Amino acid sequence: MHDQKKLDGFEAIVLPQLGAAYNLARWLTRNDHDAEDVVQEAYLRAFRFFDGFRGGDVRAWLLTIVRNTYYTWLSSNRLRDLSAPLEDEDWELESDAPDPELNAIQTSERDRLEHAIEALPAEFREVLTMREIEEMSYKEISDIVGIPIGTVMSRLARARKRLQRCLANVLGREA
Amino acid sequence: MNCEETQSLIHAYMDAELDLVRSLELERHLRDCPVCSTGHENIQVLRGAVRELYYQPPAHLQKRIMSALRKEARSSHMNIGAEHKFSLWSWRPFYVAASLAFIAILSWSAIRLLSIRSENDLLAREVIASHVRSLMAEHLADVMSSDRHTVKPWFNGKLDFSPPVQDLAEEGFPLVGGRLDYVGNRPVAALVYQRRQHYINLFVWPSTGGTAGSSELSTQGYNVVRWNSPGMTVWIVSDLNKRELQDFSELMRSRFANEN
Repeated sequence: MHDQKKLDGFEAIVLPQLGAAYNLARWLTRNDHDAEDVVQEAYLRAFRFFDGFRGGDVRAWLLTIVRNTYYTWLSSNRLRDLSAPLEDEDWELESDAPDPELNAIQTSERDRLEHAIEALPAEFREVLTMREIEEMSYKEISDIVGIPIGTVMSRLARARKRLQRCLANVLGREA
Repeated sequence: MNCEETQSLIHAYMDAELDLVRSLELERHLRDCPVCSTGHENIQVLRGAVRELYYQPPAHLQKRIMSALRKEARSSHMNIGAEHKFSLWSWRPFYVAASLAFIAILSWSAIRLLSIRSENDLLAREVIASHVRSLMAEHLADVMSSDRHTVKPWFNGKLDFSPPVQDLAEEGFPLVGGRLDYVGNRPVAALVYQRRQHYINLFVWPSTGGTAGSSELSTQGYNVVRWNSPGMTVWIVSDLNKRELQDFSELMRSRFANEN
């Protein structure tokens, strides 16, 4: 009886956030199949924790759980995030000169962008999708990820620079 | 602002996280500096492309999750049943009372959450409809004036409160006028402001102790911001971009705070 009530409440409040949950999981796992598993596991966890949910921002609450589920899933599968590590010098040495060719990004370049994003470490992918897709503020992201606001900003800046450089390289090579 | 500062602040600026003063300085630099301006455009293009990478959940996922949840709910129910068998009978009333209290708290918070949300959704729909009507029917204002000392007294005797009227012409949001409107089952003051070709409708009425804090949303191409200043509920709606509407809202909010 009370489980049914809980399930109804949960369905009404948390299920509408499926889009946001799946998108974050998909960005993190980089494939459909794992994303579905992570989202399902996250929803089961969320259901168990639902009694402790005190209202407020459901999406932020759920995305925190999706994120934790992903990192647990990663370590329990003994998977390592195989993306290239970000060496600081790698970032700082690059020139920030704008590249006019980037203005020519077209739909056919979606794949290149996808690959460039997949090559980013998870901690950059997560802030990027929370900012660009979910349009969350630095404060909201910092609460979910548990990092200072300044770090949110620097991760976004570095991720964007890296993507611009990757895309510029591809474009440059083909030109 | 020089190029170096611009480079370090450009991301915060584009994410609408930079304060108004520095945003204006940065915009001035972008106008003057072709290199930074191209950099700005490049990031914009990149962001546009990244935003396309939204992954829709597959259609079957919702069903799959719901059936897993039902299973989970059933099995946790069975566990509770098993505990009962082994527990002392004298504990039973405690369990019943605890579950009843739990249900009461849960449904109260669920209902409260839903009703707060639907109340605001309803108001959001009303203010957007009212905003659209004011532009469609060319009935933007009952009193057309950029002088707040003309607009404010006009409401005397027409409302049971005196709306705070501010002019933000210096900040680039000139007052256009005011009008009587009807939102949330009560007469309210609608103040009209302009930014370039965009009109902004600001609705204000005495707050009835509803949800505190502020929120924003975007729907049907309109951006809406809502907040409660001491004693007043304010809804702002426009087709103006989110960032500039936020600036407007922040400016207005600090003016309201100073007025009190």
